[in-house]
Amino acid sequence: MNSLIRSTARCLRAGAAVCLPGQAGGHVSLASARHLCAAAGVLKDLGEMVKKDKVVVFMKGTPAQPMCGFSNAVVQILRMHGVDEYAAYNVLDDQDLRQGVKDFSNWPTIPQVYFNGEFVGGCDILLQMHQNGDLVEELKKLGIHSALLDAEKESK
Amino acid sequence: MLPSVLRCARPVSTALAFSRPLAHFRPHMDPDPSRPVERAIRTKLTGSLKPEHLEVHNESHMHAVPPGSESHFRVLVVSPQFEGLSLIQRHRLVNEALREELSSCVHALAIQAKTPQQWGSNPSLAKSPACMGGSRGDHTVEEKLKAGRE
Repeated sequence: MNSLIRSTARCLRAGAAVCLPGQAGGHVSLASARHLCAAAGVLKDLGEMVKKDKVVVFMKGTPAQPMCGFSNAVVQILRMHGVDEYAAYNVLDDQDLRQGVKDFSNWPTIPQVYFNGEFVGGCDILLQMHQNGDLVEELKKLGIHSALLDAEKESK
Repeated sequence: MLPSVLRCARPVSTALAFSRPLAHFRPHMDPDPSRPVERAIRTKLTGSLKPEHLEVHNESHMHAVPPGSESHFRVLVVSPQFEGLSLIQRHRLVNEALREELSSCVHALAIQAKTPQQWGSNPSLAKSPACMGGSRGDHTVEEKLKAGRE
């Protein structure tokens, strides 16, 4: 989050109104210029945030304390596969992030899952990937050995 | 933006919800005039995806929102248009069809998007995970509920 604050501060100091793609042109008040700046900062940072870690989750709450059943489902699925090291961003902490990630992914809901900088989907998609075996394969591509493979071996 | 606000502006009577104890069991293909958001979702998905089978479930009662809310939905769409499309492509089609609702009153949308063959071999509706109360005191959800009530 520190880099988010830094980039937002940089934006405000420059005093520039930033035009986001899809925003209508025209007069921009100071208040909305700040919002646009913060939002532009979020979009720029999101590009970096989703690439910094192999597995990135935007969720409500934290892995230790999810605040939403769908976000919790994502955490539980990752845990079942032994994926304990991933970046989890709590959108409830930051309204700009909450809206920013929806714009960035062009996806209307939270949670959102990224593998190697690529948007995978939300809870429904992760659950189906888990059920049909695709998740084990995708984790393998990330260099992550799913714990379920070991569980399978043990049971044989 | 205005048309979607007006669409969400039809009042949802909580009295009506309580006076119809069998409402939960009504056939889901029946449009319900007292639930404008559910109706809009059904209409839009039917129009854009021409489904062979469609279920629209209002799951708001499973979440930390007032009775009669239309904020949390689960949809099951069975359409030949999903042939050859990845899960994410299918979900994006559904999201696109419901863009207005998702940007105004609908806070959560669970999606199952199947081809007719997939539905034929596994005709089951997934269950939503238990609510963890995240909507309670959530300013964004409160705004969406207001959009649905006004």
